[in-house]
Amino acid sequence: MSTLLTLEHISKSFPGVNALTDISLQLQEGEVHALLGENGAGKSTLMKILCGIYRPDQGGIVIKGQPREFHNYHDAIAAGVGIIFQEFSLIPYLNAVENIFLGRELKNRLGLLDRSAMHVRAKELFERLNVDIDLEVPVDHLSVAEQQFVEIAKALSLNANILVLDEPTATLTPSEAEHLFRIMRDLKSQGVGMIFISHHMEEIYEICDQVTVLRDGCKVGECAVQEVDVDDLVEMMVGRKIESSFPVKDARPEQPRVVIDARCVQLHKDAPANSFQLYEGEILGFAGLVGSGRTELVLGLLGATSVHQKVVSVDGAPAALKTPADALGLGIGLLPESRKKEGLILPFSIRENITLNNLRKHTGAGGLIDRQNESESVDELMAKVRVKAPDGETPVVNLSGGNQQKVVIARWLNHECRVLIFDEPTRGIDVGAKAEIYRLMKQLTALGVSIIMISSELPEVVGVSDRVAVFRQGRIVATLEGDAVNSNEIMRYATGGTSDEQYH
Amino acid sequence: MNNITESQIQHRSHTSFALRLQKWRKSPVFYPLIGFVVIFIAMAFVNDNFLTSTNLSNVARQVSINAIIAVGMTCAILTGGIDLSVGPVMALSGTVAAGLMVAGFPPEVAILGGLLVGALFGAGNGAFVAYAKMPPIIVTLATMGIARGLALIYTGGYPISGLPQGFSILGRGEFLGIQLPILVMLVVYILAFVLLNHTAIGRYIYAIGGNEEAARLSGIRVSRYKVLVYTISGLTAALAGIVLTSRLMSGQPNSGIGFELDAIAAVVLGGTAIAGGRGAIIGTLIGAMMLGVLNNGLNLMGVSPYVQNIIKGGIILLAIYISRSRDK
Repeated sequence: MSTLLTLEHISKSFPGVNALTDISLQLQEGEVHALLGENGAGKSTLMKILCGIYRPDQGGIVIKGQPREFHNYHDAIAAGVGIIFQEFSLIPYLNAVENIFLGRELKNRLGLLDRSAMHVRAKELFERLNVDIDLEVPVDHLSVAEQQFVEIAKALSLNANILVLDEPTATLTPSEAEHLFRIMRDLKSQGVGMIFISHHMEEIYEICDQVTVLRDGCKVGECAVQEVDVDDLVEMMVGRKIESSFPVKDARPEQPRVVIDARCVQLHKDAPANSFQLYEGEILGFAGLVGSGRTELVLGLLGATSVHQKVVSVDGAPAALKTPADALGLGIGLLPESRKKEGLILPFSIRENITLNNLRKHTGAGGLIDRQNESESVDELMAKVRVKAPDGETPVVNLSGGNQQKVVIARWLNHECRVLIFDEPTRGIDVGAKAEIYRLMKQLTALGVSIIMISSELPEVVGVSDRVAVFRQGRIVATLEGDAVNSNEIMRYATGGTSDEQYH
Repeated sequence: MNNITESQIQHRSHTSFALRLQKWRKSPVFYPLIGFVVIFIAMAFVNDNFLTSTNLSNVARQVSINAIIAVGMTCAILTGGIDLSVGPVMALSGTVAAGLMVAGFPPEVAILGGLLVGALFGAGNGAFVAYAKMPPIIVTLATMGIARGLALIYTGGYPISGLPQGFSILGRGEFLGIQLPILVMLVVYILAFVLLNHTAIGRYIYAIGGNEEAARLSGIRVSRYKVLVYTISGLTAALAGIVLTSRLMSGQPNSGIGFELDAIAAVVLGGTAIAGGRGAIIGTLIGAMMLGVLNNGLNLMGVSPYVQNIIKGGIILLAIYISRSRDK
C-alpha cells in the first residue's frame, strides 16, 4: 500500500472562533480514514483546506509524494481529490448524466453535445458503483441516497482517488446507508482512499480502518479502529467521560393535562387523517423512517403549510393556527430540521437571532428596542444554553452546528413557550452537545413545557421520550407508552412488520 | 447583571484603534464612504467651482428627490425584493396632488391625497408579492406600466399647472438657510434610520431578506411586513413626486422616467446587498450623494451626457466588484 495523501503540520487561524493547530494526517491507498471530533473541532476547516477552499497558514499538502498547493477547488479536483459535502452541489433540474458532465460535456465532431457517449460513460460509472438509478429523470426526483451516489459517480468521473465524505449517512435510511457502505467497500478494493466524517460510532467500526480524532483544532489521537473502543473514542473527542447521555425519566402523573388535542389532521384530500394528544410536561417522540410524514404533519399542524383539514385545540380552546405566527401567539414553537435553511438568519449575530421573535419583550416606550436590555437577556440565555462564542455579537455563520442549534433553542427559551417541537434536534451534532440538548429538554419539561421530538435516531427516541407516536407512510400507526417504548416495538410498527431489520 | 455590563464597558474602552478600524471595515458603509470621499476630492481638484457653497447646496437639492425614493427602495431590497414602479408612482402621486389643488383643495389636503395614492399603490404591490407570492420584479414591472398609464389618463397627457403660490414652499423654500427639499430628505432618512435600526419592524425587514423561511417559521408575519415595505416604497416615491411637483409648480405625468434605476444604483452603491438581508440606510444616502456629486462634477467639467452614462455605469460596476471581493 502506498500513501495517497499526507497533510503535514497544517495550521489555520481565523479572526474569531475556529482554528487548526499543527494537524498531520496520512491516507493510504484503499483506506477508509475516519475523522472524528465534536462540532467545532475543526473537521470541516481541515477538509476545506484539503479541497482548496481555505489556504493553510502553515503546513502543506502532499499527494502521492508531490507537494501541492491548492488555490481553489478546481486545483484540488485536478489533483484527484473529490469531496461529497453534506449539502449536494447537483443542479436539481438536470438528470444524472448532465450533472456528472456539467462543465465538461462530451462533444461530437460538429461541436454538439454527444449525448449517447455521455450516457454510456455514466452507465459505466454506475456499474462500477454497482448502482442502478434512473439516468433520465431530473436528480431532484431521486432519493437523497441516489443523489449522493450521483455525487460519488461525478467525483469518480473526475478520476478522484481521494474521496472525502462529510457525514454522508446523516440523511440516509439504514438500508441506504448499507448500500453506501457496500459502494465504499468496492471503491476501497479499487484502491480509492476515503476520509469519512460521521457522528455514528457504529459506522466507524463498520467501515473504517484508521481513525483520527480532533478536539478544539488539535489532533488528540490517531489509531487503528480495531485497537480502540467506543468509550475511548468518545473520551478523546470530548476530553471527559460521558455518563449515560440520556437523562433519567421522571414518573408521570396519573391524569396528565392535555395541552394540544389534534384531531383529524389531514394534509391533503387523499392523505390519512391523524389525531394525537400532547400532555403537559411530557416529551412525545415522533418516530418512523425518514419520509414517513412526521415533519409534514408538524408543519401542517402549525400552519406553516396548508392542510386539507384539521381540528386543533390548545388548552381546551379551539385554535385556528393558520400561520406559524398564530402558533407563536399560543406559545407553540418549532425548531426546524435544517438549522441553516429554516432556523437561523445567517447574516445576523447571535443576539439578533435569539431575540428575533420576541423583540416585543425588549421594546421600550416609543417602540424602540432597548439594546441594553436585549444584550443582557442574550448574555443570560447564552450562559444558560452554553453557547461557545466570544459574545452575542458574533455572527452565527462562525459557529459550529451544535452551537447554532443552541442559539435556536435559546431563541425559544426567550419566550415563555408551552409547547416546543424539536425536529431532529441532534442531527449533525456531536456527543457532548447532544447530552446538553437532552439536558435542556429535560429542564424545560420540568417547568411544564411539553415537547414533541421528531427523531430518526432510535436510541434517542427511546432514551428521551415519555411516549412515542410511530409513523408509517404518513399515518400514526401506534402510540407507545411505558415499557412499550423500546427499539423493537418502534421498529415493528415503523416498518409495518415483525422485521428485525437494523435501525440506527 | 451589573457586573456583565461593567466588564463590557471596560472591554470596549480597552479596544485598540486597530480593532476598532477592523470593526469599522466590516460595516456596510465603509467602502461607500471611501468611494464618496474619493469622488468628492477628485471633483474638487479638477473643478474650481465645485466646492462653492451654492454649488454644493444645489447638488444636495438635486440629490434629494432620488435620495427620498431610494429610502423605500432600500427597504424593498433589504427584504430581498425590488420596486420598479417608483418612477411612475411618483408621477401619479405628483399629478394627483396637482389635480386636487387645481380642483380647489388646499395644498395640505392635496399633499395627503398624493401620499395616500402612493401608499395604496405600494400596498397593492406588496399584496401581490406577499399574498399572491409573485416575484417582486414582475409585479412592479407590471404596475410600473399601470401607474404611468393612470397618470397619463388622469392628466390627459398634459402637465397640470396653475398651482397655488403657497405650494411652492416645499420645493423652493428655505428654512434656517437650508433648502426645504434637503430638509425633507434628512427627515425621511432620520425616520428610516430609526425604523430600520431601532425598531422590531426594522429587524424583521433584515430578517426576511436574510432568511425568509426561518423568519416565517419562527413566527414572524412575513407577508404583513412585505406589504408594509412596499407601502413605504410607494409612500417615499409619492413624497418625492410631490416635492418635484412643488419645485416645478406643475404636475408632470411623464416625470420620473428612469428614476427606479437611479434609486437602485444609490442603494447598491451604498453597500446594500441586492439579495437582501445586509445593508444600511446611511449607505443609501452616501450612494445617492455619490451619484449626485458625479453628475454635478461631470457637468461642470463639460463632459457630454453620452459619456457621463458610460462613466456612471463603469463606477457602479467597479463599486459592486469591490463590495463582492470584500464579502469573501
